[in-house]
Amino acid sequence: MLITNTEEIPGKQIVECHGVVSGSTVRAKHAGRDIMAGLKNIVGGELKGYTELLIEAREEAHQRMRDQAEQLGANAIVNVRFSTSSVTAGASEIYIYGTAVTIR
Amino acid sequence: MFDLYVLLGLIVIGFVVGQFLERRHYRSIEQRERELIGLATTTSKRPIGVIPNPSRVELVEGACVISVDYFKRFVAGLRQFFGGNIRSYETLVDRARREAVLRLKATCSDADQVINLRIETSSITKGRRNQIGSIEVHAYATAIYF
Repeated sequence: MLITNTEEIPGKQIVECHGVVSGSTVRAKHAGRDIMAGLKNIVGGELKGYTELLIEAREEAHQRMRDQAEQLGANAIVNVRFSTSSVTAGASEIYIYGTAVTIR
Repeated sequence: MFDLYVLLGLIVIGFVVGQFLERRHYRSIEQRERELIGLATTTSKRPIGVIPNPSRVELVEGACVISVDYFKRFVAGLRQFFGGNIRSYETLVDRARREAVLRLKATCSDADQVINLRIETSSITKGRRNQIGSIEVHAYATAIYF
């Protein structure tokens, strides 16, 4: 499965379009990470726990999008876009969408 | 009175340790930027120049969550009263963006070109008692191997 965020894939030709595929996930951070982040907030700097959390969440959303594209019989996803929104104070939603296509 | 001392203590700790960490982070960012300067990165949708048929194309990502220290938050609070540029937050987003792009480049350091770079910023502690605290920056792009 080829995934890009460009409209076309250099050197490849899109022969069929299967429509929009997407994946999303809502993640909350657990208390331990929250306390550590609270301490880190005093001195500033990177909150590694949150970075990891969001990376995991994105991987999951990514996987869901891939599964959907595979079901449609596509072999590539082009024009992928990410979006993050905070649903409530402790959780954020990751949404990934793109266009499933068949390339040659 | 005790609360005031705690607050002052936090501000002082934030100032001393925060400044130290920020300087160290900037040094590391500058060093890695020099190492990865050879990797052509653009925001355009097509590769630059006439290129041979690419052998591999893939989506690459880099993310980073950074928070401000107590001192900066305090200064920003004062700033919001008088208005004007909040310098302390400018360095916060600057660090986060550069770090995210560097992480993205580090995952594909042997690529020939990185195109269609997009950077997205979101505040992850929004909605919680006006704590602007931390932001997340997520950078994504397409890496091309010839």
